[in-house]
Amino acid sequence: MKLKYFAWVRERIGKSEETLEPPASVRTVDDLIAWLAHRGEAYAHAFETPRVIRAAIDHTHVKSDTMIAGAREIAFFPPMTGG
Amino acid sequence: MAVPVTIRIQEADFDVAQEIAMLTKGRTDIGAVVSFSGICRGSENDAAIAALTLEHYPDMAEAEIGRHAETALSRWPLTGVTVIHRVGRIVPGENIVLVLTASAHRQAAFAAAEFLMDYLKANAPFWKREESAGGTSWVEARDHDDDAAARWTKS
Repeated sequence: MKLKYFAWVRERIGKSEETLEPPASVRTVDDLIAWLAHRGEAYAHAFETPRVIRAAIDHTHVKSDTMIAGAREIAFFPPMTGG
Repeated sequence: MAVPVTIRIQEADFDVAQEIAMLTKGRTDIGAVVSFSGICRGSENDAAIAALTLEHYPDMAEAEIGRHAETALSRWPLTGVTVIHRVGRIVPGENIVLVLTASAHRQAAFAAAEFLMDYLKANAPFWKREESAGGTSWVEARDHDDDAAARWTKS
């Protein structure tokens, strides 16, 4: 699946997108955050406070307990500050 | 006839009068247009701001604003909606966002414009980075923006 990162999540990880295939044990958005956080220091820093991280699956906001099966694109970002 | 909905995300500035003229041109069913402009301030908590840089999630931003526009159309008898959100570097005094809502009567236009702005602030995937004398930093989301959006779902 394609992963996208925005704002300080993007800056901390050091890339705006990548394609990864997490193992089958990664079933929810929460699981994915925990799995990503173990990919190294940069990821650990980006996801150090999971409760502030917002997620979207295929361009729609989702809650952190949402199942990720079938997702083409999952994005992680901080709370939005537009308008 | 389908209600005209215009959604644009762009780096360029916009002309409010021209956007209103485009929305109302040739129409006789519009009795009210409400216009909200969000403008870049020159200071935040007494600290000077040199500029804001707005980042966005391209495909999702259009989709999310479109969903909000559809919700507004389903809740109020609107006859037109325009939402323009700028991205990139914006200096104090410049426009950031425009919401226009048109209706036969003012009440629907006022309410829908406020609804759209509250939803944009809390749910549209845009992020502001602030430049000041002390460097650059990401603007933190405010709880009251979430509260403002949530009040539309309480009733």
